[in-house]
Amino acid sequence: MSIKMVNVHRAFGEKEVLKGFSLEIQDGTTTTIIGGSGSGKSVALKHIVGLLRPDEGNIWVDEDNVSRLDQESVYRLRQRVGYVFQFAALFDSMTIAENVGLGLRRMSDFPSEGIPDRVEECLHLVDLDGYGERLPSQLSGGQRKRAGLARAIATKPKYILYDEPTTGLDPVTTAVIDELIVRMSEELGVTGVVISHDMKSVFRISDRVAMLYDGVIREEGTPDQIQGSDDPIVRGFIEGRPELMEGQQT
Amino acid sequence: MSSFLAPIRMVGRGALQALTAVGRAGYLGTDAVRALRKVDLWGPHLVPQMSRIGVESVPIALFISMFTGVVLALQASYTLTGQVPLYFVGALVGKTMILELGPVLTGLALSGRVGANIAAEIGTMRVTEQIDALETLAYDPVAYLVTPRVLAGAIMFPMVVILSIAIGIAAGWGTSMALLDITSTEFIKGLRLFFDPWDIQFAAIKSITFGVTVTAVGCSFGFHTRGGAEGVGQATTRAVVISSMIILVLDAFWAAVLLS
Repeated sequence: MSIKMVNVHRAFGEKEVLKGFSLEIQDGTTTTIIGGSGSGKSVALKHIVGLLRPDEGNIWVDEDNVSRLDQESVYRLRQRVGYVFQFAALFDSMTIAENVGLGLRRMSDFPSEGIPDRVEECLHLVDLDGYGERLPSQLSGGQRKRAGLARAIATKPKYILYDEPTTGLDPVTTAVIDELIVRMSEELGVTGVVISHDMKSVFRISDRVAMLYDGVIREEGTPDQIQGSDDPIVRGFIEGRPELMEGQQT
Repeated sequence: MSSFLAPIRMVGRGALQALTAVGRAGYLGTDAVRALRKVDLWGPHLVPQMSRIGVESVPIALFISMFTGVVLALQASYTLTGQVPLYFVGALVGKTMILELGPVLTGLALSGRVGANIAAEIGTMRVTEQIDALETLAYDPVAYLVTPRVLAGAIMFPMVVILSIAIGIAAGWGTSMALLDITSTEFIKGLRLFFDPWDIQFAAIKSITFGVTVTAVGCSFGFHTRGGAEGVGQATTRAVVISSMIILVLDAFWAAVLLS
């Protein structure tokens, strides 16, 4: 099974952000959606976990059509999907350990006495051993992102969605986060959907790359295929050459 | 012509915004009631919220009611001297504190303290995606954030109000003995003259609705916050203004329904 978005339309007021967005993500792969700021990448990602509902179109996660599920079924689906937020979105009144263990407390089949061990295990996976009792405000930006990742993997989700995981980080921390994303896929077999416009990162972590432009997927392929694309919009974006994109709206 | 219509448009826009806010708060309040069955989500947060909303509001509520009681006694004495026996000061202080000033002044003070606090806290959670994060972790944010606050408001507001009334009357009593020519016996005689136990129930009913209003409006503005720090600031201000307005409307409503 996989994630499949078919002909998704979504508008905010007069502004139509997604205009027939379609994308299929195969199990066990890491797919990165690239595109300019404000192009609707985060909007597309939020549809997968039901944080937003489409005006039109369907989103399938395994056998569930997210756009048709009732709220309780959406909560059940979310236990299979981890979400790493752009600015980590850690609960600032809770310690890192409480943040990481929060999702586990909602899992009826997970014994509460096992939570501390699982939290420790997740913090170890993201190289944050010994940080459990700290508050989010006591962590650096990179550490917060890693804590956010630990929280997302705590419930052992099948899918992890990463919303700009390396934005605003220095090159070394970016490489650490990239390595973690690759490890999640290789060691835990997680299917990843990443949003990014850091092209170096994109080509390091992705099995597939899809470019979102003007509300639809403009091109999709392996990193090599995208790098060799002759579409001026795609080339202009990945090479950072706006002059190639001018006059190429559709 | 357009300059003539401008103030009308402004009033219309303001009324529309206020009605939208009331509608949103109503929807959220209904969702909060529906989420009552998820006790595992709101249960652990109820007592801490009762402490934050109720216990921590006691000092400001008592400060306001104490000075209100003092002023009421002095003004009653000023108004009644030479016209009516002075033991009526006790009647006026008691009746006014119980029926009107205790609940309304406490409600307005708490709309500033509690409503602003809730709107700012939930608004910050909204703009930093913490509410989205709760949702992705399979938590119902209404059950987790709104239900315990609204319940705590409904439980704690009447308690704080009744304490305020008691302190206001005690302050009026002390003022009467210390500054006016009224004995303790006379003050109590006046206090008992028009006392009706129903008045306390009336104050408690009003206070419950004030508590639900302040917390539901605070939660609603927090939930619908957009933008960054500026959005949080606007949500906080509007939560206080709208809940204060609703308190005054409810005050008139309950007087018309329960006292007429």
